[in-house]
Amino acid sequence: MSEQATGSPATEAVTGAQSLIRALECAGAENVFGIPGGAILPAYDPLYDSTRLRHILVRHEQGAGHAAQGYAAATGKVGVCMATSGPGATNLVTPIADAYMDSVPLVAVTGQVASSAIGTDAFQEADIRGITMPITKHNFLVTDPAEIPRIIAEAFHIASTGRPGPVLVDVSKDALQAQTTFAWPTEINLPGYRPVTRPHAKQVREAAKLILEARRPVLYVGGGVIRAGAAKELRVLAEMTGMPVVTTLMARGAFPDSHPQHLGMPGMHGTVAAVAGLQRSDLIISLGARFDDRVTGNLDSFAPHAKVVHADIDPAEIGKNRHADVPIVGDCREVIADLVVALQAEADAGNQGDFEAWVEFLSGVKAKYPLGYDTPADGSLAPQYVLERLGKIAGPDSIYVAGVGQHQMWATHFIGYENPNTWINSGGLGTMGFSVPAAMGAKVGRPDTTVWSIDGDGCFQMTNQELATCALEGIPIKVAIINNESLGMVRQWQTLFYNQRYSNTDLQSKRIPDFVKLAEAYGCVGLACDSPADVDATITKAMEIDDVPVVVDFRVHRDAMVWPMVAAGTSNDDIKFARDMAPVFDEDDI
Amino acid sequence: MSKHTLSVLVENKPGVLARIAGLFSRRGFNIDSLAVGPTEHPEVSRMTIVVNVEELPLEQVTKQLNKLVEVIKIVELEGPGSVTRELLLVKVKADADTRGQVLETVQLFRAKVVDVATDAVTVEVTGSAEKLEAFLRVLEPFGVRELVQSGMVAIGRGGRSITDRTLRPVPVPAPPAAV
Repeated sequence: MSEQATGSPATEAVTGAQSLIRALECAGAENVFGIPGGAILPAYDPLYDSTRLRHILVRHEQGAGHAAQGYAAATGKVGVCMATSGPGATNLVTPIADAYMDSVPLVAVTGQVASSAIGTDAFQEADIRGITMPITKHNFLVTDPAEIPRIIAEAFHIASTGRPGPVLVDVSKDALQAQTTFAWPTEINLPGYRPVTRPHAKQVREAAKLILEARRPVLYVGGGVIRAGAAKELRVLAEMTGMPVVTTLMARGAFPDSHPQHLGMPGMHGTVAAVAGLQRSDLIISLGARFDDRVTGNLDSFAPHAKVVHADIDPAEIGKNRHADVPIVGDCREVIADLVVALQAEADAGNQGDFEAWVEFLSGVKAKYPLGYDTPADGSLAPQYVLERLGKIAGPDSIYVAGVGQHQMWATHFIGYENPNTWINSGGLGTMGFSVPAAMGAKVGRPDTTVWSIDGDGCFQMTNQELATCALEGIPIKVAIINNESLGMVRQWQTLFYNQRYSNTDLQSKRIPDFVKLAEAYGCVGLACDSPADVDATITKAMEIDDVPVVVDFRVHRDAMVWPMVAAGTSNDDIKFARDMAPVFDEDDI
Repeated sequence: MSKHTLSVLVENKPGVLARIAGLFSRRGFNIDSLAVGPTEHPEVSRMTIVVNVEELPLEQVTKQLNKLVEVIKIVELEGPGSVTRELLLVKVKADADTRGQVLETVQLFRAKVVDVATDAVTVEVTGSAEKLEAFLRVLEPFGVRELVQSGMVAIGRGGRSITDRTLRPVPVPAPPAAV
């Protein structure tokens, strides 16, 4: 097979399994995260010989999926994961759903029972194509080996173009075993798939007009700007107009946190300035964002006086939650570049926006209500302090991959992001357990970059077995466990809304497991830190170790809460920057 | 709420009906009627879907449908500009006393008897939903034993076709060097 794997591109006689591996190579895949099993076994034989594909043997298929996501998010390339039929495939469901929500380009290849056995409840049979229909951009069941190259080409095309997303290719075992021919297609026919990337010039001019007419505009930047690689263009647009910028959870890093025009993250746990900015704006320029409920809060009272310019590559997002006065369908990079040209032409003709009073008002809000936290009186460790120091010491060139919960919100606020693709997390689906495997994938994609997994003690215990993969495969990630011995975000809600009745949120993870020993058992270096005085030294020590993974158990104060907060279902006007503390605005300032 | 008739051209591939039905159910849209069949292009099937939604959700329905890779084209067919038909097969009680009246009704509606038994006749009728409704109302007093009705099919009036298509293939990026 090795000869065939590197042989001529002409048609050649191969097995379906060889065809699959050849197709993955031709599609440009370099890393595959997976676990073999009965139905996919034929594919693992030629994979053994492939010099182009590195297969990383994970410990759980969920890890394979999240690793492929982390790889894709860090590199912008398509991530690939592989699993067998039945339980192997169903274990991929969570990462596939996650990739669908967060528009991650992912190709999942699963083995299926032989076509003659499909539909008979055969051993390890699951209708994974049916199961993943609602959570994939598209999926395929292949039973004819001759179709393998074309379908793999289509899968990569669909996953990576338009609004990126996951594509599942389910291949029956007999198709893998049969003899066939291989030829990489030069073109594909998808009559129903024509993503629009070029924005309509008239819509762009309309948007420019609204911007010039506005007095209180805000650039509402979403994950689409990251996926489109449009951070540079965004900065040009923001600086030429002076408009304030907010970056959603999926867009952190698309605009530098240090930039004076940046108001921070909007939404349920957004900064006061970002939330107030959107709420009081008269024009929202939404770029690759989708007016998610975690951003808008109660939709009816969200930004009541704002007109909306909504640019997105997915037409279905426009007008879905909020009416768009100027809809623009297109790739964010092209939309922003065209907006810059249109606004420059206006500026040359002497037309510029007047946002001075607005910018001044928001600068005041930003200065008056900065992100902050209380240092615990008992001298114990504040989680926010850990992340603040981590951001300072590891710096803005490292990649930070979070799980889901309080630590995720603290990480998004206190690290400080300056570059796109340096913040990776599970935004839409909110998948606990995302961090460790996704960090592993990010490190595989960007081996020369420091990759920090920032995880909660709850999240970490869902997927930490991938530390074995990291240690054995030479993927030296670093893990900061923000250990508050609780399902912290749930506990926070119990504190605020359930009379401090802490039903089933106490994990006791300062007692069991011993994270340092667990790290060591997995061939990693384990460190622990429970005092503010030791934080810098611990992080520095972790930064110095680069041959094996490092796990740091930061044992933090368990009662720390995430602020600011807009309670679920309420209006963004009711934001609190600390418990029972609402900001006061001098409306005359606007 | 108002009824809208969508003609949806889809690739004739296994599972496409499941994709569309699943989309409607998970996005919370109700299908009033759905009919699917082949077209003059063997690789294309045509669905006629009647949905009962407001204007804004309708826009979401079409946008979400358009996102399905196997959906090629969606056209909303509006009342006067299109012809709509449903097919009804109905088994009506018809003994010696009532048979004459039943057959008269059948003739009035330009329906057709397709099967006869001693105590019943089976009638086939096509037409708009209103016509079928009226027909059933008239038959009901005789005793409807069983009925089956197709989904609505619809086609636009005039000479233009919605199935004219241009199929431009998309080039596949070349494989990395020396694969």
